[in-house]
Amino acid sequence: MDAVSSRTITVDVNGEQYEREVEARRLLIHFIRDDLGLTGSHIGCDTGNCGACSVLVDGVLVKSCMMLAVQADGAKIETVEGLASEGELNGLQQAFSDHHALQCGYCTPGMLMSATALLRQNASPSEEEIRKGIQGNICRCTGYVNIVEAIKAAAP
Amino acid sequence: MLLREVEYARPASVQEALRLLGSNDGARALAGGQTLINVMKARAASPDVLVDLADLGELRGIELGSDGTLEIGAMTTYTDIVESAEARARPILGEVCNQIADVQVRNRGTIGGNVCSNDPTNHLPPLLVAVGATMTILGQGGERSVPAQEFFLGVYMTAAGPGELLTKISVPPGKSDGFASVPIGRDGTCIVNVAASLDGGTPRLVIGCVDAVPVALMPDSVEEDAVRASVRGANLDPPADVHATADYRRHLAEVLALRAVALAAGRN
Repeated sequence: MDAVSSRTITVDVNGEQYEREVEARRLLIHFIRDDLGLTGSHIGCDTGNCGACSVLVDGVLVKSCMMLAVQADGAKIETVEGLASEGELNGLQQAFSDHHALQCGYCTPGMLMSATALLRQNASPSEEEIRKGIQGNICRCTGYVNIVEAIKAAAP
Repeated sequence: MLLREVEYARPASVQEALRLLGSNDGARALAGGQTLINVMKARAASPDVLVDLADLGELRGIELGSDGTLEIGAMTTYTDIVESAEARARPILGEVCNQIADVQVRNRGTIGGNVCSNDPTNHLPPLLVAVGATMTILGQGGERSVPAQEFFLGVYMTAAGPGELLTKISVPPGKSDGFASVPIGRDGTCIVNVAASLDGGTPRLVIGCVDAVPVALMPDSVEEDAVRASVRGANLDPPADVHATADYRRHLAEVLALRAVALAAGRN
C-alpha cells in the first residue's frame, strides 16, 4: 500500500454511518465539525491542551485535535451529540445542569465525554479519581468544584 | 490549525513500514501522534509522508520473560503500561507513565514515541536509562540492540536513524527505583526530573531536562553527601526559560536526586 494524500474513510458516529473522502492532513475534530456538521465537540486551544475536542474512539477517550481523520477509518466514534436520547438529557448531563457544573459551557462537551469515559471504567470514582479523570479538560469558569460534584452525583 | 499537505500510509507489516520509511527522506513514523501531530500544527515538523504504525500489532504489547525481563512493544501506550499486570514487574514504569499529561494523552501516547521524540523534558528517557533498558532497532540491514544510555543522542535525536524503526524496549527486573520531578502543574511538563535505580549494586542516577540528553551519574553511595557531590561534580549547565533559571534547575537537580534516591531506597 502506498502513501496517499487523501482517502475515503468510513466511520460510525453515534450509531450513524458516514463515508467521506478526507485529506490525510485533516484533523479528526475538523472532520467531525466541518465535514459531518456535528459541532457539539469544540475547538478550544488547537494545541492539545484544553480537551474541549474530547471524543471516544472505539471506546477510548482521545483529544480529536491530536488525531488525523484518516486514523479513525473504521472506528466507532462517540461525541456529545450521542449522549441525550429523544431530546432527554442523560443522567450525567442532567447532573451537570442540576449542579451548575457549567457557566460559559465551552468546555462542557469535552468534560461530558471525559466523565463518560471515567464512569464506564469506574462506576463510583473518588473525588481524587474524578479530578485525575478530567485533568485533560480545562475549565476557566467553574473552578471545577461543581463539575466534580456533578460527576459524583451521576455515578450510579 | 491546518497542517501542511502530507501523504499517509498505514502499512500492514513491519517490512512494509520499513520500505515506506526508507523510500522517502521526508517520511516519518506516526505512533500515538501526541507530539508529532502538535508539532505539525505549529509546522515545527513538516514530514512529507506519515507512516502510521497503528496496524502493526507486533509492535504493541507487554511480555514478561521467564528471567523477569519485560519486553514492551514500541507502540504500547502509557495507559497499556499503567494497566498492565506484567508491567508491575518493574513498578516504576506504570507509576511514571501515570504522571504523563492526562487521560487522553496517556490513551494514545506510546513508549516508543516518547523516547524517539527525545524531548529533553520527557519523563521516559531518564527513567529508561536509569533502569538499564535496551532498545531494539530494526532497519533494512537487520536488527540491532542499543543500550538506553547510548540511544539518546541529542535534542529530538536518537540512535534510531532515518529509515529505521524502534520496535521494542527491554527492561530488566528490579524494584528499587525512584522518580522525582518538579512539573509545571500536576502531571505537567517537567522543569527537572530525576530517576534513580539502586538495583544491581551501583546506584544509578539520571537527570532529565538539564541537557540535550539524560545525564547519567553514578554516586559512590546513596548517602546524602555522596549524592550531592555527584550532582555537583557533573557541572550541569541547564537551559534557562520562563519556568526556571539555570541556577534554579541546578538546585532542583540536587534536591530531586536526593528525593529519587530516597524513594528508591525505600523499596529495598
